[in-house]
Parts: sequence; structure tokens; C-alpha cells
Amino acid sequence: MKSNKAFSNKLARSYGLFTLGFFLFLAILTILERENFPRVWIGYLFMVATMLLYAWIGIISRTSDVSEYYVAGRRVPALFNGMATAADWMSAATFISLAGGLYLQGFEGLAYIIGWTGGFCLVALLVAPFLRKFGQYTIPDFLAARYAGRYSGNLIRIIAVTATIMVSFTYVVAQIYGVGLITSRFTGVDFSIGIFLGLASILVCSYLGGMRAITWTQIAQYIILLIAYMIPVMWLSMKHADNPVPPIAYGEVLSKLSAREKELINDPKEIEVRAIFQQRANGYDTKLKALPQSWEQGRVDMEKLLEDKKMHNASLIELREAQHALSHYPKTPEEAQRKWEEAKAQNQARAEPLTPHTQPFPGKDKASSDIKRNNFLALVFCLMMGTAALPHILVRYYTTPSVQETRKSVFWTLFFVMLLYITIPALAVLVKYDIYTSLVGTEFSKLPAWVSYWASVDKLNPLVSITDLNHDGIVQLGEIVIDGDIIVLATPEIGGLPYVISGLIAAGGLAAALSTADGLLLTISNALSHDIYFKTIDPGASTQKRVTISKLLLLVVALIAAYAASLKPGNILSVVGAAFSLAASALFPALVLGVFWKRANQQGAIAGMLAGMALCMFYMQHTNPSLGGSPVNQWFHIAPHSAGIFAVPLGFLVIICVSLATAQPDARTQTLIDHLRSP
Amino acid sequence: MSDQSTQTSANNRLHYWRRTRQFTMIMLLVWFAATFGIIWFARELSTISFFGWPLSFYLVAQGAVLLYSVLIGVHTYYMGKLDEGAKQEHEVE
Repeated sequence: MKSNKAFSNKLARSYGLFTLGFFLFLAILTILERENFPRVWIGYLFMVATMLLYAWIGIISRTSDVSEYYVAGRRVPALFNGMATAADWMSAATFISLAGGLYLQGFEGLAYIIGWTGGFCLVALLVAPFLRKFGQYTIPDFLAARYAGRYSGNLIRIIAVTATIMVSFTYVVAQIYGVGLITSRFTGVDFSIGIFLGLASILVCSYLGGMRAITWTQIAQYIILLIAYMIPVMWLSMKHADNPVPPIAYGEVLSKLSAREKELINDPKEIEVRAIFQQRANGYDTKLKALPQSWEQGRVDMEKLLEDKKMHNASLIELREAQHALSHYPKTPEEAQRKWEEAKAQNQARAEPLTPHTQPFPGKDKASSDIKRNNFLALVFCLMMGTAALPHILVRYYTTPSVQETRKSVFWTLFFVMLLYITIPALAVLVKYDIYTSLVGTEFSKLPAWVSYWASVDKLNPLVSITDLNHDGIVQLGEIVIDGDIIVLATPEIGGLPYVISGLIAAGGLAAALSTADGLLLTISNALSHDIYFKTIDPGASTQKRVTISKLLLLVVALIAAYAASLKPGNILSVVGAAFSLAASALFPALVLGVFWKRANQQGAIAGMLAGMALCMFYMQHTNPSLGGSPVNQWFHIAPHSAGIFAVPLGFLVIICVSLATAQPDARTQTLIDHLRSP
Repeated sequence: MSDQSTQTSANNRLHYWRRTRQFTMIMLLVWFAATFGIIWFARELSTISFFGWPLSFYLVAQGAVLLYSVLIGVHTYYMGKLDEGAKQEHEVE
């Protein structure tokens, strides 16, 4: 007990010093910026310094000991394990995209806030303490031991490993993608070089020290990401509410925002812009109704226009534009149908007046509003049950010294997650208020610099674009298109902060992505080395060999993931949402019933896990247009990524029915359950 | 003698588990009722103002998160007490 306390104190001192050092580093960079140090170099310094730091922690905590490598020696104090788990938990999606999602979706986006925090109640009540009591290394370990029986334990182990890898792999690809995005945007290096730079720092850390190195690195990463998020938000909060504590301050800003929204809905200029979009949507509608003649006519018109321009010696730019338009004209009536449907929907959406930020479930009538409410509920429950079944989070609770420390550590996890999560909605509101009041209404000749900077980052899909549609020279809200992802990245510039803070945000986003990627890669390679190699193929392997195999697999998995990320899978973020449903449907029922229902047996668990996974994938495939499905197939209008709302109950039901229909678990399993349930 | 003591320790264990299960049930009910209630009645609650926030917006953005951390805190505290009690009983035997 005493040595634990001394260890905690030592950790507190080290990380306290580290935090001080980080502030000092910030101060030095601020001074350098004042002295006209080139901006690019500030970006480089941030990237290189933080990556070296993570690599250095990896090197000093290198290990080949099995217990150290897999579970950090089971001596991580609750508070620090909570901090590391919080960093593990908060991914690039949380850090970069969540505030943007809230900005764009308003109330609807809050499903992520409530879902990604409420899940920890399930972790604390139903899963984590019992896993710690069981005290092995991985989640498949637990399932295989609990559901021993007629068939070899390997079957259930392999199902669990498959689920673990499917969930963790989609997730890790998204993280590495985020790493590439941040490094390439802030240092100007190529996207794929960015990926491999990030990968190198992940590998040095987890390759050398496994869970031990990852834990100590994640704590440092948590500190960096918290500081990076808080500084700009506190600045904005000071600016708009004279109060540096954003979660308390933004209530007042929210009332002002609501008033401003009402103004904008009735503003005659805004109505004018919306009418333009309505007109365009109607235009596409008439063309769609007249297919295929309208397609033929359109092409002829365009060719004629080009000829006219050539005849009348139009400028080269005009000629190019006309040629470009012609070459992008739909090749067939079918293509025209698809493209015009899309364009019609886009214009129609922009013709609608804005939805107030705080309005829950906006809809034309009661029925459509109810559908939104049901989807909100379904998403929240999927995210919660998914949280309680995510392997890379659950394995972290093996690393504490005792069961009670595990419970405390879940509490600290939620506490550290909460610090950020109650600030994210505040950031969304503050930025929205800033844009609605200072950007809307400015003259086009006086657009702030960040607009042109962020518009030029990605020329093909501009992150922000503002066009003067009604030619009045003044920005209307309807003329702004903004990508959610830049809300956080551009906050320092929107708030008028020095460039150092932009570098800090990039370092924070990188810390969030790297910490999650670390944990995920280790989970995947451990599932392969521990559960497949050691437990299934070669149970006689020496401990040295096990760790070596795990390190080798880590390299291979990391390279495959980096390759997958370098292909730039466009809809990767929506896939991450789906990962939660999949984790919930495959693992949650078996984990919970394993502890709370003695009668659950092996046959039941196998059937239940397979049924849950199958239904989840079936539903997604049949309802998600990008997987070849159609929204027409939806049950009760529930969106594809919330498939877990059907699959989890099915999983429970199948485990219960099949278990009852077959023999009860043997005496050894009964003893194991008694052990789990005792203090 | 030894038979009797295994009997009591089994009883103690059963007692410990019953209390754990009961308490977990209560906590789960609170968790579920709060989450479900806030979302189901969000439209009705949004007309009430709470320090500038519409009540439903506040609850979903902050209130629920605070409640969850209180729930986990209470659970940890209660289970810690229960564990200690069970260990003391064990030592008395």
C-alpha cells in the first residue's frame, strides 16, 4: 500500500514537471513568433518535439516481460490509469470532428456527447471490475475461460478475436488517417509521408514497451490534448462572455445565439439567397422530369455555347470554363439522373431556413420529429453499449493493482473525459456565435484571412467556401458552406489568436489520434499473438517468444493499417460509428451474461455472438447506400449505424434460449463465476 | 468445524453477491431512466429555461454527464464499503 502511494507521488511529480515544461515550451515558441520566426518552423517544432517526446517515453520504458508488456505490470494507480484510458478513448474524431458535428447538427450532435459518456456507467457497473477480478490479459481470454465446455475453448476465442479485430481495425485506420491529415495540413508534407511519420512514433512507443510504454505516453498525451483544447476555447469564452470557464459561460452566449438565429431566419437578404437555391432546385426538378430529352438538349446547348465563344473570340479563361463544363457534363441519361438528383437535394437543403441550434428533433410534422427522436435514442444506446464492449478500452482495466482500484479508475476515466466533453458543446456554440455575428454581414472585400487560407488547403473539396450569390457584396449565412472538421482546427484563427495556438491545436489533435492508435494497434497484435498464436497454435511457446511474436505482428498490422489509410477511404468516419454497433452486438451480451447469469453456457454464447454480429452486418449492408443497400429497407426508420439497437437484444435472446435448451455449464465454470462474484 | 466455516463463507459470499446485484440493479435503473427520460421528453423540456440554456439542451450537453460521474462515484464508494465489510467478516472467522 505504502509503495503504491510513493509510486503515485512520484508519477504526480514527474507529470507535474512535464506540464510545467510544456508551458515553458509554449512560452518560448510565443516569444519566437514575436521575433518573426517563420510559421512553418513553429509547426515543425510542435510536431517534432511531441513525437520525440513520445518516442523517448517509449525508449525509457522498454520491456520484454510478459506481464509488463501486456498489462503494464498491473500497478498503474487508478487516477493515472483513468487519465491514460481517457486519452485512449478520445480519438481524432472526438478532438477534431465532434465540435464540428455539433456546429452543423445542433441538438442532434449531442447524441455523441451523452452516448460516449453514459457508456462508462455500463463499464463500471457490469464489466470492468469483473474483468479485473478475472485478471488475465485480453477480452477473448475472459470469454474463452467463462464459456468453457463441450467444444474446445478455441472456437469462442476465435469468434471473439474476429470481432475484436474487425472493430479495432476500422477504428485504427481512421486514426492513422487523422494523423496523416493533421501532419500534412500543418507542416505541408505529403499526406502519405505524414502517415508514415506518425506511424514511426507510434511504433517506437508500442514496439519497445507494449502496454507499459503506452500507458505512460498516453498520460502525457492526455495532458497535451487537454491544454490544446482548453486554451482557444477559454479565449473565445472570455471574448464573448467575459468568463474563462466555457461550460458555465456559454449559457449566456446561447441565448444571444438564439436571438441572432431568429434575426437571420427573417432577414430579407437571407430570404433572397434561399430563394435562389429554391429556384436552382426547381430547375433541376424540371430537367429531371424531362429526361432523357433534357439531357440531350443540355449537351447540345453547351456545345453551341462553346462554339459561340470560339467564334466571338472570348477570353481564354472563359473558353476553358466552357470546355471544363462540357467535359464534366453527364455522359448518359442515367448518370444525369443521379447527378441531378444529388444537385437538387443539395440546393433544396440550402433553400431551407436554418434550424435553431437548441431545437430538439426538428421536423415538418410530429411523425418525422418522432423518427428523429427514435434515431437519437437508438444511436445513444448503441454508443453506450459499444463503449462497454470496446476491447482496447476494456483491456486497460486489467492494468490496475486491485478490483477497487479498477472501479476508481473508471470513475477517473469518466472525469477526465468529462473535462473535455462538457467543453465541446461550448466550443460549438461560441464558434457559431462568432461566425453568425462577425463573419455574416462583412463585406466580401474584407473577408478574414483564415477563410482564404482554409479554402485553399484542399482545392477539390474546399473546407470552406463563400460565394456572393445575390451580388450584394455582403456575406449572408446562406452563402457560407463550411466543413465541420475545420471548426476546431481554425478556432485559433477565428478567435484571432497567435499562430502558436494553431500549432498547439495540431499537436493536440495528433496526441488524440496517436494515443488511440497506440492502444488499438496493441489490442490487435495482442489478440493475434496471445489469443491466436499462444493459446491456439503453440501453447508451449516461451514467454520471450510470445513477446517477440507480438512485436512482429504489431509491425505488420501497423503497416497494413497505414496502407489502408493511405488509400484515403472517404467515408471512414461513418465507419467508426458502425464499429460501435458491431462491438456492442458481438461482445456486449456475452460479457454481461457471463457474469450475471450463471446458466449461460458455451453453446448459447457462440450462437448469441454469431447471431448479433450477423444481424448487425446484415442490417448495415441492407440499409447503407454506400454498401449497396437502400434506406427503404430500414426497420422503424432506424439509421444503418444504429444496427446494434436490434442486434444487441437479439444477441441476449439467442444466448438465453440456446443456453436453456442445452446442458448447464460444468462445475469448473461454476467455480469461476463464484470467484468473479466474490469480493 | 471446517464444514461449518465453508458453509458460512459460502453464505457470506451469497450475501455479498445479492447486495452487489441489488445495488447494480438500482444504479442501472437510474442510469436508464435518466438517459431515456431526458431524450424522450426533450421537446417538452426545451421550453423551460435554465440559466440561459433550454433545459433539455443543458441536460443532454452537461447534466447527464455530471449525473453519470456521480453514479459511478456512488457505485465505487458503496462497493468499496461492501468489499471491506466482507473482508472483515472473513478475518473474524
